Amino acid sequence: MAYACEILDALGDPTRRLVLERLRGGARSVGEIAEGMEVSRPAVSQHLRALKAARLVTDRAEGTRRLYAVDLRGVEALRSWLDGFWGEALSAFKAAAEREAAKEVKAVKIKRRSNHENSANDVRKHRRE
Amino acid sequence: MKTVQTTSASTDANSIRKVVSVQAPQEVAWRVFTEKMGTWWPLATFKIGKANAVDAVIEPRVGGRWYERGDDGSTCDWGSVALWEPYSRLVLYWQIGADWQHDPSLKTELELRFIAEGKSATRVELEHRRLDLYGARRDEMRRIYDTEGDWGRLLEAFAQTAHAAAA
Repeated sequence: MAYACEILDALGDPTRRLVLERLRGGARSVGEIAEGMEVSRPAVSQHLRALKAARLVTDRAEGTRRLYAVDLRGVEALRSWLDGFWGEALSAFKAAAEREAAKEVKAVKIKRRSNHENSANDVRKHRRE
Repeated sequence: MKTVQTTSASTDANSIRKVVSVQAPQEVAWRVFTEKMGTWWPLATFKIGKANAVDAVIEPRVGGRWYERGDDGSTCDWGSVALWEPYSRLVLYWQIGADWQHDPSLKTELELRFIAEGKSATRVELEHRRLDLYGARRDEMRRIYDTEGDWGRLLEAFAQTAHAAAA
């Protein structure tokens, strides 16, 4: 669950949660986000980068300013997670099905062999009689 | 070599398709998928309950439950059986919301086709469709973000869910 882990890491920091909180009302610049916060502007920028990497915020240029906003592309992230997940699940399924098939082939062979031995014994027994 | 092929090149943005060739007879492939899901499902990657998941179960009938079982005996629904046609076709509803919770009103479809390729091989096709239903939820998410509630608390709840799911 790589995506969820990224989000988790990004949200592990209270400052980052506060940054997101400030974006609730709409897009803002770094300066607006940092206003009144106890951390420096460069620190806020760094948190924004982490949030962007976790696909929690997006940014866009507006004139000379860069505006940050909440990223609502979670749906696409979910789709991409599912895509990877079904690949992983099917690989694991393939391995399990092939193990099972090999086991059953072996079981059939053993049964055949023992049937064969039994019938050979029957023949011997029959001859003795 | 990649064993599982992605065929999403077929353009439908609302579905995911995968194909895998399995060296097992059709009936064995079907049984392992439906009866022994717990032996191969990547529970470490996907489970939603709080307990340690130890099994994944599909009840073998239309309307049957599809769920995980935890080591404490608890169960968590993932969805249900929409179509049951042994040994060739299975449709499940995958009713997991974007918040990693079971949502009975959300019905994305997971179809599995088991196609015999001779006596000892099977081509298994997977299609997860109606992913557009997640898109419909996006507006709800937006409403939650923009209006009611505390963003921080919402995110913390999500982080906890994600943590539980990833643990």
